[in-house]
Amino acid sequence: MENIILNQLSYPILTYTVFLPVAGALLLLFMRNAGLIRVTTLLTTVATFVISLPLLTNFDKTTYKMQFVERHEWIPSWGINYFIGIDGISVLFIFLTTMLSVLSVLVSWKAIENKAKEFHTAVLALEAGMLGVFVALDFFLFYIFWEAMLIPMFLLIGVWGGPQRVYAAIKFFLYTLVGSVLMLVGIVVLYFTAGGTLDILTLSSLQYPLQLQFWLFLAFFAAFAVKVPMFPFHTWLPDAHTEAPTAGSVILAGVLLKMGAYGFLRFSMPMFPDATRMFVKPIFILSVIGIIYGALVCLAQKDLKRLIAYSSVSHMGFVTLGIFALNAQGVEGGILQMVNHGIVTGALFLMIGMIYERTHTRVIADYGGFATVVPWYAGLFIILTFASIGLPGTNGFIGEFLILFGAFKAQKLYGVLAATGVILGAGYMLWLYQKVFWQTPDPDYGPSGRHPVRDLDLREVVTLAPLIILIFWIGFYPNVLLSYMHASVEHLLQDVNMSAYAGKETLIAQLKEIF
Amino acid sequence: MLKYTLIPLLPLLSFIINILFGRNFIKDKAHWIAVPAVAGSFILAVSAFMDVTAGNVVNINIYDWIVSGDFHVSIGFLIDQLTSIMLIVVTSISTLIFIYSIGYMHGDGGYYRFFAYLSLFVFSMLMLVMANNFLLLYFGWEAVGLCSYFLIGFWFHKKSAADAGKKAFIVNRFGDFGFGLGVILIFLTYGSIDYVQVFSNAGSVVGQTINILGTDYDLITVICLLLFCGAVGKSAQLPLHVWLPDAMEGPTPVSALIHAATMVTAGVFMVARCNPLFNLSHTAMNTVAIVGGLTAIFAATIGLVQNDIKRVIAYSTVSQLGYMFLALGVGAYSAGIFHLYTHAYFKALLFLGSGSVIHALHDEQNMQKMGGLKKYMPITYAVFIIATLSITGIPGLAGFFSKDEILYRAYLGGDTGKFLWLLGTVAALLTSFYSWRLIFLTFHGKFRGTHEQEHHLHESPKVITVPLMFLAVGAIFAGYVGIPPLLMEHGDRIGEFLAPVLGHPHSEGSHAEEMMVMAGSVLVALGGWFIAYRMYIKSPELPKKVGEMFKPVYNLLFNKYYVDELYSKTLVQPVIKASDKVVLGFIDIKIIEGIVNGVPALIGAFSRKFRQVQTGHLSNYGLAMALGALAIIGYMIFMK
Amino acid sequence: MVPLSWYIVLSAIVFSIGVFGFLARRNLIIVFMSLELMLNSVNISLAAFSHYLQSMRGQILVFFIITVAAAEAAIGLAILIAFYRNNPTIKVDEINLLKG
Repeated sequence: MENIILNQLSYPILTYTVFLPVAGALLLLFMRNAGLIRVTTLLTTVATFVISLPLLTNFDKTTYKMQFVERHEWIPSWGINYFIGIDGISVLFIFLTTMLSVLSVLVSWKAIENKAKEFHTAVLALEAGMLGVFVALDFFLFYIFWEAMLIPMFLLIGVWGGPQRVYAAIKFFLYTLVGSVLMLVGIVVLYFTAGGTLDILTLSSLQYPLQLQFWLFLAFFAAFAVKVPMFPFHTWLPDAHTEAPTAGSVILAGVLLKMGAYGFLRFSMPMFPDATRMFVKPIFILSVIGIIYGALVCLAQKDLKRLIAYSSVSHMGFVTLGIFALNAQGVEGGILQMVNHGIVTGALFLMIGMIYERTHTRVIADYGGFATVVPWYAGLFIILTFASIGLPGTNGFIGEFLILFGAFKAQKLYGVLAATGVILGAGYMLWLYQKVFWQTPDPDYGPSGRHPVRDLDLREVVTLAPLIILIFWIGFYPNVLLSYMHASVEHLLQDVNMSAYAGKETLIAQLKEIF
Repeated sequence: MLKYTLIPLLPLLSFIINILFGRNFIKDKAHWIAVPAVAGSFILAVSAFMDVTAGNVVNINIYDWIVSGDFHVSIGFLIDQLTSIMLIVVTSISTLIFIYSIGYMHGDGGYYRFFAYLSLFVFSMLMLVMANNFLLLYFGWEAVGLCSYFLIGFWFHKKSAADAGKKAFIVNRFGDFGFGLGVILIFLTYGSIDYVQVFSNAGSVVGQTINILGTDYDLITVICLLLFCGAVGKSAQLPLHVWLPDAMEGPTPVSALIHAATMVTAGVFMVARCNPLFNLSHTAMNTVAIVGGLTAIFAATIGLVQNDIKRVIAYSTVSQLGYMFLALGVGAYSAGIFHLYTHAYFKALLFLGSGSVIHALHDEQNMQKMGGLKKYMPITYAVFIIATLSITGIPGLAGFFSKDEILYRAYLGGDTGKFLWLLGTVAALLTSFYSWRLIFLTFHGKFRGTHEQEHHLHESPKVITVPLMFLAVGAIFAGYVGIPPLLMEHGDRIGEFLAPVLGHPHSEGSHAEEMMVMAGSVLVALGGWFIAYRMYIKSPELPKKVGEMFKPVYNLLFNKYYVDELYSKTLVQPVIKASDKVVLGFIDIKIIEGIVNGVPALIGAFSRKFRQVQTGHLSNYGLAMALGALAIIGYMIFMK
Repeated sequence: MVPLSWYIVLSAIVFSIGVFGFLARRNLIIVFMSLELMLNSVNISLAAFSHYLQSMRGQILVFFIITVAAAEAAIGLAILIAFYRNNPTIKVDEINLLKG
């Protein structure tokens, strides 16, 4: 086929990347000692990160084609292949996933005392599942990874979570499953429509009747909108985030939420371009509601983790807004914002986890004056605060600006409305910072108090440092990431804007066509 | 090129070193890094200024910042006449204030932090003035806001300081919201956000309209007004002025540097920078002028009755910024920049002088508890007098030249111009009054503080007074670069210097008119002094009587026209309440969670009913099976 | 020669007795025996048809059923005994573990 480039390297790099964590997890089965388990897991994740790096360095930025492709027959009678590869959209998420996995192992070093072996097995299985989702180019393979990733996450929340963990875990699982099952129906329909192939690239290159596109878009939308999560499918998120252990929250915010938007980019847009253009307006409305709604709810939160969770709703609203602006700036901004959100919100959850280990409270009102108690912690936290607000010089600005630019270009009104989210964002983050770090501290937490809180130690600084560096790196030189996307995004937009139904641009006219 | 890059880079280095190593290693030696860095910037800025006067306008791109689709923006510097003047103002005043801070902040626990933030501020401000495109301007714009946030909240253990920092940032965000949209609209209109390209194509879209919610508006007007939104926020104009007085919670050097001399003038700088756009929109120009004029008089009236020494000066700053916008709005851009430049010196001097007073009185800021400081602090008193003479526009000092220029240009500005001139002149009268009131309350009469304080009264150390003297020199002589043609042929050197960027003023008037305006402004300056003298020296019981007589007016002014209360009641409280009660409490918890938990609950309820079919008795199952078999057999026999 | 219909009627009668016993009796052992009756009624008709059609298939099926019935009875009685140890009753209407 002409739109793939077979693996440029001499070894199957993607297979190694995806299955190394599985191998590590199998290795853990033979271990008893918790320390050994931690070291093995850390080494596995680090090794995965290291072997995934050639993907970035050897990546051909000039082409939109799938690269590092591996293809083998798997179940030939059903037309199922082991078919994996990456392009400019997925390569960044591989990087994000392997990096955040290392950090989430590091942050769990002391926090997980109970069932350490099972915990680390789950983390590794989760990493493999997430990587698989981003590389799969066959729907069967994709769906297996998509669902496989749910189980370890379910366990992470349900076993190592907070007091409400079971409720949160089941809610998370069912919510996601309902969406996924609808997607499965969509996949089956696609399989039969296309005459028995599950090859994602082939399926993307076909044209489907508008009516079919409409229903299939909705089926896929169900799965992805829950994952993003878009308003009003977001209520699993605060519970899952709040109850999950730190590592779970980090991976959830950093990678799992990206799956939805990634799905839009990889499946919905190229396969159902006409339906995509039809749904721009509803999705814009939902995104803007999500942005403002998420921010307003943040203003009323009393719990640190819940606040950050709701801020994710707001930030992911920006992502969908950008993606469905259907222009280069919007889509690239959306992708960049996904990476940014992974970095910034991931780091925020890391930091909240660190302080929670010390104070055992997540209630904002219990804090105050912590800039005096833990100055280095406060210093790093303010960087994250402003990256989250989207201050120029941090990565958040680049993403938000490109998204607002794209949205404004597409539909002025929604661009303007979304920009109000930037004001509210400053409102709740600064309010949080003031409550937690400024004013006078509770003497209990001071060095001579009853519960002295110590500042960051070396392990924690090492955990946070890569993310802080990335914040500024992307902020001052975003082309380091943007350059990967250009070719793929351009190709994607060509696909979407190539209209088979030109002239029936209004929603009403198209709906008449369908019904 | 390296030279220009180093101008902002030196303070940035100072910031990085101080913030990383200040806490554990540098501690109270922070100024050893910060002062040389900013002084180095000053020297480089002077050299850049020399280059520009020699005719070398520099426009360099350093590297590509953001590239996405057809959107392209670089990190790059434009150093022209306007920038070079701003560079001189920013770096010279920064250097003096850094030195002053060595004395003022001595012994503070966050000494290293203070110099780190201050260095970061200088870096940001330099990026702001040196940018060669709108997005980099926006970068500097937000970054100075960030530093302002840190520095206002420098003493963060005080709730008032923490609140003020947050308020400043969020109020500014309202302005930046418009500014950001303006930048986007500029790109969509001109296909570029580089100054040079935008300004050279500025005229190409005259007459185009933009549709907003069904109504067509003039495109350029919309762009200009959006940009002006940003200026209103940053330069504390009506109706976003509320953050600046509160910003006085920061240490006094911060008030002098950020909230008087440099950052708050960024809006003026930006509008002047965008003059090719503003010139094309009559509506936008009028808006700028009227907002400026109204702010000038609005803030001056509040300044009349305040008792906190720093707040009086803060309102004076808001008022003077209004003057600058007034000048920009009537097309006298160079007059606006000229006033920006002279104002930087005398206002920094006023703030630092008040800092010297506050320092001597151990953090007392209420003027009602001062008085008679003249004999204890002669140098401070002298510089205060110089600054006041300058700000009130007494001939021969810096303020006179720039203020006179503004009033004269306003006077020539047609019908609205006359009105604006009137506003400006009345504001000048008020300015003169409250400035002298400040002097009389602080330095004259008898000391009204505690004995303890009186015992410790002393002149400030040299590290504080020497920068004051330097600034005083500036406050006297800075104006001589812009002598009106009436007094000296080719005296308006700054106007001519800036003409390549800002153009020439649109209107010319007669000598007689100029004389009249000048005489008028001198007259009101003296008038203000006279009234203040009558009220505070001759008969000190008079202010109270006047206050009693006009009780409602006094209360209105004393409470700053209740603007803060208005915003709190109509905007802040409703949003917070709505987010808690309506959005979270009702929509999220009741409706969405209701549906999410309601559907499973419904299924559960149904199942609980339905499961009673399962009796558990074997014979029931058997009977059902038998009946089923019978039904099937019956169907096969009778229906087939 | 006994006609086929007689066998079928016999089979139907035995089956009906089995069904009645299965539904109406309360003793689990008797329920089991009713079950056997039903199976054997089927056997009767299978054998009859086998003879009538002169084909061995029916008789082969009979042997299958006998085997399965034996196995079923063995497992059923084993379960019954196991159940009786925990819950000393063999009355069907007192056993309702599957009640929803």
